[in-house]
Amino acid sequence: MPVEIDIEHVARLARLALTDEEKERLHAQLGVIMEHAAKVGEVAAEEVPPTAYAIPRSNVLRPDEPEPGLSHEAALAGAPEDEGGRFKVPRIVEME
Amino acid sequence: MTEYETVIGLECHVELSTRTKMFCGCVNEFGAPPNTNVCPVCLGHPGTLPVPNETAIEYIVKIGLALGCGIAPRSLFHRKNYFYPDMPKNFQISQYDLPVCVAGHIDIEVDGETRRIGITRVHMEEDTGKTTHAGATGRIAQADYALLDYNRAGVPLVEIVSEPDIRSPEEAAAYLREIRATVEALGVSDVRMEEGSLRCDANISLRPTGSDELGVKVEIKNLNSIRSLERALTYEEERQAAALAAGEPLVQETRHWDEDQGSTLTLRSKEEAFDYRYFPEPDLPPLEPDRGWVESIRASLPELPAALRARFDKDYRLKPAQALILAGSREWADFFVETVKLGAAPAAAANWMTQDVAGNLNKAKLELRDAPITPQHLADIVRLVEDDTISLTGAKQVLEEVLASGADVEKVVEDKGLRQVSDTTALAALIDEVIAENPDPVDQVRKGKDGAIGFLVGQVIKKSGGSANPKVAQELLRERLSGS
Repeated sequence: MPVEIDIEHVARLARLALTDEEKERLHAQLGVIMEHAAKVGEVAAEEVPPTAYAIPRSNVLRPDEPEPGLSHEAALAGAPEDEGGRFKVPRIVEME
Repeated sequence: MTEYETVIGLECHVELSTRTKMFCGCVNEFGAPPNTNVCPVCLGHPGTLPVPNETAIEYIVKIGLALGCGIAPRSLFHRKNYFYPDMPKNFQISQYDLPVCVAGHIDIEVDGETRRIGITRVHMEEDTGKTTHAGATGRIAQADYALLDYNRAGVPLVEIVSEPDIRSPEEAAAYLREIRATVEALGVSDVRMEEGSLRCDANISLRPTGSDELGVKVEIKNLNSIRSLERALTYEEERQAAALAAGEPLVQETRHWDEDQGSTLTLRSKEEAFDYRYFPEPDLPPLEPDRGWVESIRASLPELPAALRARFDKDYRLKPAQALILAGSREWADFFVETVKLGAAPAAAANWMTQDVAGNLNKAKLELRDAPITPQHLADIVRLVEDDTISLTGAKQVLEEVLASGADVEKVVEDKGLRQVSDTTALAALIDEVIAENPDPVDQVRKGKDGAIGFLVGQVIKKSGGSANPKVAQELLRERLSGS
């Protein structure tokens, strides 16, 4: 069963500027993935509720106790730029 | 002309005062140097696994129960996807269609009337990092770049969503005060609006009175105090009414409250509403709170502000407006009860607290807990006024000094020479002087115009440097003026 994909919308949500060739190729690839996922619906009977979890677990919690995190230096080590101990990022422009 | 009814709903965000963040063991504290309470989980490094904080879950259940909500037997975390650097993961873990708490209510008091406001839901999420827009003006649009501090990213955040049951800016303020007092009483957040641990967005629309349909709604952001909330809603109510009266169409949009300008400005319109692509967070299994555990939390809930008000009314016969203020926060309630225990008359303690103490703190922009005054100070002041050792005016001076320095009350009275002179011989000389110096008022009093006596008493007090007992001074004045 083919699945409808609005590739323009998906690209916009992902903030990706795609060429026409890429749009066509990714549209086809995403279609295959969606069709594959849709097969679950064929084998899952009516009485099987949809789930987002592979393992039947609940209430996995941790006690409210501090654990060591990263040092300030280590936290910023991966930042391309920083200033005054903060991550520096390009100016924020509201989309559209 | 069409009459309009105002419809308001509020979304309140409460930062929980857990020791650690929502999904990692980083310390949850306000005011730490930037990016010092961070780890791979809250920085969104690949391959990390979030695990919910059990105390945060306990706290949201407390809030839900205090607001009369049902606790969902099963609830899920969702990813809310968006592009903004305040969450390094590019999504915020929140809840979507299955929140922890649903369908509650809270009773508020406005003008002595009780109104019940519905609570749609209370859900659990994580706070975002703090963005600083750097550039000449500090405004987003003109910024050159942005700086990010992720200490707050991942702090447990509870969102309380009300039904559109609120009918005026005044009710909205009362609702927010009641939410703040309730959450504070539970001891799960310090609910300081000035530090952002309590935040609020408001939705407001107008509709013809009697209509059941909702009008076009506007969301207002950047409300940093209860006063801002009330002012912004009053402004928006008038703006919308004027537009409707003029036949201008209103658009559904988000508006930003500008505290200095006293007006709201368009931030973004809902036509470009974000598509957050919510989907269940695959790393977080469902929450299925044990019924017995929920009931044990219900049994351990502290006395809530509404019950406290009722008790204050019954035990101390306070005026409703005073009970509202004193029961409005645990800090004020405890201070009041303690002052009364130390011997102060409830009515006097309540008057001092709701008028002079509150007024002075407001002026100094201080919270009660940050001022050095203790219940013992206030009880001493009340006692010294009661037994005429100091005048009311003198007592106000003492209070100001105590609020500033925390000095001992008796010592302030001595240092400032505020002990009232009730000794008739000491006052007699001053009274003679005043009578000699003010022939006109004296004449008026003698002719039966009693209003002038107050002026003469004031002159005596002035001459005594504020230490004369006004009651005794008045008696002596009357004696002298009726005698001759």
